[in-house]
Formats: sequence, structure tokens, C-alpha cells
Amino acid sequence: MAFTAGVITFPGSNCDRDMAVAIEQVSGKAPLRIWHGDAELPDNIDFVAVPGGFSYGDYLRSGAMAANSPIMRSVIAAAERGVPVLGVCNGFQVLTEARLLPGALMRNAGIRFVCRTVPLVVENASSLFTQGYDKGQTIHIPVAHHDGNYFADEDVLARLEGEGRIAFRYGEAVNGSSCQIAGVLNEKGNVLGMMPHPERAIEPEQGSADGRALFQSVFEALAVA
Amino acid sequence: MKVQVHVSLKPGVLDPQGRAIHHALEGLGFDGVADVRVGREIALEVADDTSDEALDEMCRKLLANTVIENYRVEKLS
Repeated sequence: MAFTAGVITFPGSNCDRDMAVAIEQVSGKAPLRIWHGDAELPDNIDFVAVPGGFSYGDYLRSGAMAANSPIMRSVIAAAERGVPVLGVCNGFQVLTEARLLPGALMRNAGIRFVCRTVPLVVENASSLFTQGYDKGQTIHIPVAHHDGNYFADEDVLARLEGEGRIAFRYGEAVNGSSCQIAGVLNEKGNVLGMMPHPERAIEPEQGSADGRALFQSVFEALAVA
Repeated sequence: MKVQVHVSLKPGVLDPQGRAIHHALEGLGFDGVADVRVGREIALEVADDTSDEALDEMCRKLLANTVIENYRVEKLS
């Protein structure tokens, strides 16, 4: 299990430490901490996590500035090589702005910041991120966001649905997302973006340990590869 | 050269901020407001020889997210 994970930090990221702790707890190995201004990911990188927070103060649009930072060129190249990339919350916004994932995250339909644990239905249990769950299973993961209202046009939504690329759906109304989408996969299935925070649900003391299986799935997939 | 970039949400894209402002206007007693949409204006000062193509590229690559937004470039001087 000698794989190398990396967690990106942008100015304004605030879930990078939680992400690093979750990765270490589950895999037994601390991830590399990678600064947004670095031009290159290490060649031997096996897994990249883009964490939550408010990169660049959400200037312009959430994730828009971070998507154009130097390290993201290398993250995009890694994703194209098939390296698993997970974007959580602001990380999801960054991945859509970087066009690694379709759609956009808009202001919550109810205007308010939403911060609570929500039920998620696992829609795809065969991706490398979700194979540790059962299809149709309900898990509980916290959300904390202002811009989590997933939008994509009808054609894109139909394609996501048809190709099994909706990883998670909210089990209740949360933010107005199209089709209750909470997380989506790219075409190859090696990039997952999701608004809920699996890294905040690793130990029962956190209220739920349902996020653990997501990291476990990635590391098991990497161990086999 | 001064350039104004107008960014607006595409028709059909839900605008919760616009809806809240609409609601607030009604609360203030302004009748007959049919709809409110919130956009963004970005003022640029660029070299005089900046091409239209370059301005368009700035909009597509950063200033607007074409998944949800339209943009219009207006040269002021």
C-alpha cells in the first residue's frame, strides 16, 4: 500500500487539514501537502484531493480563481492520465470551473448557507470512489456550503443520468440542486466532485463514519492497480 | 482603452439572489416588478491594441462561466 496521495492547499482552503487527517487515518500514510503555487505534482502521485474552503475568498465565482492557479494545470494533466482526483465542496467548485467535471455550483436556492448532516443516496456503487457502498444505500455526511446548487443543462443531466455518473443524490431538499445531485463523476470515472464532506465523517465521534468507505474504496482500488 | 464586460445569468438559470431582491422590492411596496436578475460588471483597462479575440478569450477563460453565464464586451474608449 505504498501509494502517494496529495492534498492541494489554496489561499483560503480550510478543509485541507481535515482531508489530510482523513487520508492518513484510512490509508495509514500521511499525504503530501501541495501548495497552489507549485507548478507540478510529483510524478509518482497516485491520488489528488482538492479540499473545501473559500479559495481566494470566492472572488469572481467560487472556485474560479483556484481553477486557474499553477498547480491546477498539473492536476488536470494527472486527471487525464487517469489519476483519481476527489474534489469536496469548494474542491468540487474548483473542478467544475477547471472543466474537469460538467455543470456549475450556484448559490443555494434558499439563499442561506447550509451546515448540517444530510442523508445521501449512493447512486453509483461501482466507481473507484464508491465501490465500498451498496447501490441505493443511504449514508449520512455533513454539508457546509453557500454555493452547492448544482446546475447543468438538460442534455448534460440526461447524459450524467444515462452514464451512471451521478455518484450521490441528496435524500432530502438541501440546496436546490438539479435532480438532487450531490456528487458527479467524470466520463472516465476517475474524477469525483461532491458538495458533502466525507473527510468530516471518518470516526463515530464525528457523528458519522460513513465517509470512511469512500477513502477506503480509493485506496483499495490503488492497492489492486 | 477602457472596456466594460457585462456578465449575466443565462435565461432559464435560477437566480436565487434575484428572487430575494425581487421579494424585497415588493416588500418595499414597489409594484409591477416582473422579474429581477443579478449580473456582474467588470471594468478593464487594457492596451489600446488589445484584439477582440483576446477580450473574448478573457471572458471565456475566466470572467464568465459559460455553463451558466452570458457575457457582452463593451469598449468605452
